[in-house]
Amino acid sequence: MADAQVEQMPAAPHTLAPDNVPEPRVQVNIDWSQVDLDSIELPEGEDFGILSDDDQEEEEILETNTGFGNIVVVDNLPVVAPEKYEKLEGVIRKIFGQIGVIRERGLWMPREDGGEGKTKGYAFIEYTTPQEAQTAKEQTNGYKLDKSHVFAVNMFDDFEKYMKVPDEWVPPEIKPYTPAENMLAWLTDDRGRDQFVIRFGFDTEVFWNDARLGKPDPVYHRSFWTESFVQWSPLGTYLATIHRQGAAIWGGGQTFNRLTRYIHPQVQLIDFSPGEKYLVTYSSHEPSNPRDTQRVTLNIFDVRSGKVLREFKGSADDFATGGTGGVAGVSWPVFRWAGGREDKYFARIGKNAISVYETETMSLLDKKSLKVDNVMEFMWSPTDSILSLFVPEGGGGNQPARVSLISIPSREELRQKNLFSVSDCKMYWQSSGEYLAVKVDRYTKTKKSTYTGFELFRVKERDIPIEVLELENKNDKIVAFAWEPKGHRFAIIHGDGPRPDISIYSMRSPTNVGRVTKLVTLKGKQANALYWSPIGKFIVFAGLKAYNGQLEFYNVDELETMASGEHFMATDVDWDPTGRFVATSVTSVHQMENGFNIWSFHGKLLYRLPRDKFFQFLWRPRPPSLLAAEDEAEISKNLRKYSKKYEIEDAEQYNLSSAQDLEHRRKLIDEWKSWVARWKQMHEEEKAFREDLRDGEPSEDEEDLETEEVEVEEIMKVEEEVISYGFEQE
Amino acid sequence: MRPILLKGHERPLTFLKYNRDGDLLISCAKDHNPNVWYSHNGDRLGTYRGHNGAVWCCDVSRHTERLLTGSADQSAILWDVETGAKLHSFTFESPARAVDFAEGDKLCVITTDPFIGTPSEIHVKRVEADSSRQSNESILVLRGPTGRINRAVWGPLNKTIISGGEDSIVRMWDVDTGKVIKQSDPDTGHQKAISSLAKSADGSHIITGSHDKSAKLWDIRTLEVLKTYTTERPVNAAAISPILDHVVIGGGQEASQVTMTDRRIGKFEAKFFHKIFEEEIGGVKGHFGPINALAFNPDGRSFSSGGEDGYVRIHHFDADYYHIKM
Repeated sequence: MADAQVEQMPAAPHTLAPDNVPEPRVQVNIDWSQVDLDSIELPEGEDFGILSDDDQEEEEILETNTGFGNIVVVDNLPVVAPEKYEKLEGVIRKIFGQIGVIRERGLWMPREDGGEGKTKGYAFIEYTTPQEAQTAKEQTNGYKLDKSHVFAVNMFDDFEKYMKVPDEWVPPEIKPYTPAENMLAWLTDDRGRDQFVIRFGFDTEVFWNDARLGKPDPVYHRSFWTESFVQWSPLGTYLATIHRQGAAIWGGGQTFNRLTRYIHPQVQLIDFSPGEKYLVTYSSHEPSNPRDTQRVTLNIFDVRSGKVLREFKGSADDFATGGTGGVAGVSWPVFRWAGGREDKYFARIGKNAISVYETETMSLLDKKSLKVDNVMEFMWSPTDSILSLFVPEGGGGNQPARVSLISIPSREELRQKNLFSVSDCKMYWQSSGEYLAVKVDRYTKTKKSTYTGFELFRVKERDIPIEVLELENKNDKIVAFAWEPKGHRFAIIHGDGPRPDISIYSMRSPTNVGRVTKLVTLKGKQANALYWSPIGKFIVFAGLKAYNGQLEFYNVDELETMASGEHFMATDVDWDPTGRFVATSVTSVHQMENGFNIWSFHGKLLYRLPRDKFFQFLWRPRPPSLLAAEDEAEISKNLRKYSKKYEIEDAEQYNLSSAQDLEHRRKLIDEWKSWVARWKQMHEEEKAFREDLRDGEPSEDEEDLETEEVEVEEIMKVEEEVISYGFEQE
Repeated sequence: MRPILLKGHERPLTFLKYNRDGDLLISCAKDHNPNVWYSHNGDRLGTYRGHNGAVWCCDVSRHTERLLTGSADQSAILWDVETGAKLHSFTFESPARAVDFAEGDKLCVITTDPFIGTPSEIHVKRVEADSSRQSNESILVLRGPTGRINRAVWGPLNKTIISGGEDSIVRMWDVDTGKVIKQSDPDTGHQKAISSLAKSADGSHIITGSHDKSAKLWDIRTLEVLKTYTTERPVNAAAISPILDHVVIGGGQEASQVTMTDRRIGKFEAKFFHKIFEEEIGGVKGHFGPINALAFNPDGRSFSSGGEDGYVRIHHFDADYYHIKM
């Protein structure tokens, strides 16, 4: 029987199925004619008893996807006799036809007596799009045809929902309170360690940075966690992942449970507001017609609820920055958030305008954009709601270029500076919003080349004084510029050629508080990037790309180099949020050397972790310290008192781990020894055979083996001395 | 530890072999002519002329009487070590790659590459004491692995042959039946081509190097993975110290990529690992191409490395080396 089936079956699909029916993907040898479909017992429930972890989402989609989204139901129509049917139909068509296009045969009024009698007093109207149906519902619900006929218009899809409403009110079940996970648990690490996340290959892994043990301590590991990148929220509470359906956030100290999902198909980029209240997601879609521009969709979500607060759609041109000239493409972030943790305003640049939005209403501030002709670039102060913006020269050079500071929401221009023969401008805010540096590239008289100067605004002082800084050698090219976070100093890499100079300036001078002074110029450094410690005072001069990863750790208070190092091919440098450690990484822009190194702030290499296909290294940001500035100063003054406790802990931890290490090693050696002993026994047993193979030549080999044994033992002795010697290497 | 630089080859090195006494070092390279050197001072004793293609591998008999070399000219030649005379030439249909004398030197194993339709093969030949009676006949031919078989060595008592090659599987063959008795597990074994395979001094374990950037230590009887050493570069060569619990691993990026980048990127370093702890001890730099061959002197006091750069470097260890503490 079984044989016969096997022989018959392959032909069956061809004979039974018409040509257009695709063959079943898996050929199962079942004779369907013998199967009684009714006898199959399926497990209970829609999901056959298999729980899906996305059940919530599934339900939502089911509700909206019945396919009747463009039909509305109109109730409370007059009941009319068949003679007046056509007249009523005309009236209804007139009312509802204004709102959208009613489909052919899209209006249907049921009648009694099998479609011949009086109307039943309601109608179905099918529009071409769900949007039209939605508008119709909004506009005509409650429409008074006459005194006794007030329309009740509903979406067809909603009916099922209304049907489900129980007739009697049942008091809602009060769920017992389950305490949510403490999202900030990771901040209470008893050893004060910081976390970081790395992306490599298909894996994402979160670690504690355990400098004391000289290795990372794994926290959470997951493969295929995200489809492109991961991103911490600005205060470190959440980790965001990107998926085809949208973005998701995960949180907690150890567990990384999923907290919220943000539905945005094909999302490409995301951006959190500084206070973590809002999330902006972005996607662009290739147009169906290649001559059209790309379509861009932006959503603003409420982080906690996952609800869309506002949606922006348009062609890429509408979101491209760069004034009239138009720099191609959309620059990210499209929406820039005003400083501070309140998340009150966000803004984007448009043609001849800057649109500032209020988060309270999610609409334009005062219902109109800020008109600025030819505006090219804008930036928010990191702490206040002050905009700085740059307008290039206009009118063929008759209107000077200008930089201005505008306060929001008053729209008052706090300060303006006109600039002449400008080729380009770049703005740099200091992290506490005290200073603004504007790098201005100007044409020389011949207009053939440019030179660079700086305009320095003291934003927090009265009338916002501006100071002009020019380099000693005006023709030096500016390679990099960076403010000291929370500080008054800034560093510039300048010069041409392979060994530029680095200068450090202060906004204060020893005598006169309000003057820029140069602290030092370091000649001929192999550096092209500046990385200040987040607490200031220390800076890393990094020579990335062409300089092959040269690093110099510099103390700006003492004006001295603490250490030099190299992380060959390094592409990225990141300070941890506390300013204690520096991570340098080689990401997969290079094929080789992928992985990262962790350094102490003073330039000591602590450990390395090579990983192939290394994409991202991100420290988990920390929220700002709750200590007042005075308290912090007090602690740093009495550091010795506090540090003693930690030094003891360090020593204990070190001893503990080295004891564990030793134990582990001893175990390994024992295992190896027993393995060797077993081998030796067998080897001994085979001795006679071996000699036989060599025509009875007495084997010196065995003697050699004896000697070796002695030497092996000697090494064992060395191993045991580890306790007293610690870790010593060649 | 100033190395002795041996400049006797014009093309990349492929293999290095010390004789059992450790006084001679034989080097093979792609330039057709294996050389023999005094291992203590690096003086060249002589050259074996006769091959007409790259020489991939060699082995020397227990009493340093005979040398067997496998070459891309589709032959393996048996030489008189002292005189350099060609005693016999085994010819094949395709390039010969790995060679190894069996215990007692009466048998040898020679592997051949896949070549125009011929699959790769492992040949076992009888080696006659009187070379005039030497026959070309294989007493056993093993087939099965796909791709080149880069190394094949004899197991204990000549009962087995262990082979490794481009299909990344280590196989143990029974010499009597010609069947595969054991083979490495795809999960714990190598993920990419095995480039080298070397026995420990006592023959109890073997080390394999692979392009999957790791080297592994195996029990020669059970083919169980004992240890794994991971590096950042494809491994071309690996060797086990006869006296200390150290292994040395060499390699580097693919030769075809070398000229495109900085010298330092290649990591052309011979890296020392602690055999039992699997921890890196240190490295010996010097080559400016990937390392293709490594060998320990049987006395354990020196080792030599051969690189794609055409140089052999003999390194005699400093006194410090014997007192490295872990």
